[in-house]
Amino acid sequence: MSVGLEHYLVLSAILFAIGLYGALAKRNTIAILLCIEIMLNAVNIALVAFSRYVAPQMLTGHVFVIFIMAVAAAEAAVGVAIIMAIYRRKGTVDPTEIDAMKR
Amino acid sequence: MAFDIAFWLLAIVSVVAALAVVGLTNIFRAALSLVLCFITVAGLYITLSADFLAAVQILVYVGAISILLILAIMLTHDVQLGSPTNKLRLPAFLAAIVFFGTVAWAVLNTTWGISPLAPIEPTTATLAGKLFGENGYILTVEIAAVLLLAAILGAVVLVREK
Repeated sequence: MSVGLEHYLVLSAILFAIGLYGALAKRNTIAILLCIEIMLNAVNIALVAFSRYVAPQMLTGHVFVIFIMAVAAAEAAVGVAIIMAIYRRKGTVDPTEIDAMKR
Repeated sequence: MAFDIAFWLLAIVSVVAALAVVGLTNIFRAALSLVLCFITVAGLYITLSADFLAAVQILVYVGAISILLILAIMLTHDVQLGSPTNKLRLPAFLAAIVFFGTVAWAVLNTTWGISPLAPIEPTTATLAGKLFGENGYILTVEIAAVLLLAAILGAVVLVREK
């Protein structure tokens, strides 16, 4: 069976599941950010694969991916800034220690 | 045939790199394998004949976002502590497995409307027409610019010394 749309979608699901596990189970905020980036990339693969195989003359999936990249860049910048601010104030990046809004 | 080999090679390397990001206890090495994962995703874009997106992937993800994350790792001095897992390890694993099973089942049991047309190559000019041309996404481009400006200002305000 030659490589087709399903292969890319299953690969995207595998990468998303790995990122999901990491984002839920990691005890380092930066590691959680890394896993979120993996999930965003997995979604991008699925969008480009749909664009290539379902509507190859439209490129709408490519446009979505460009906007997702812009939002991901903004997310990474703000996320890193928040982590730096918390680290400066509390001296840790452990999300189990950052529970001020739970009390 | 060469296309199939390229896909399988990139797929295996990207999954192994993603597993390394999750599995390695040294957070710095995890960030470096994330860079490898980004590069293989750029290769996957090339196999999907998305040349412009592959270049943007290299520039934005490999060039900018990973540098930002590695800088954050350097500045927080938690490299020695590593990235251990929390108490939710088993439920998180189950959630990931259930998610993957559901999506894989849905993907493999759907008949997709595969188009027989050949993809556009190169994509850059057509993509520019889509983004900036008439009936395009120019308003969204402007909103993305405002979003990036707001994110930059927010980041500067958050990390500024009092």
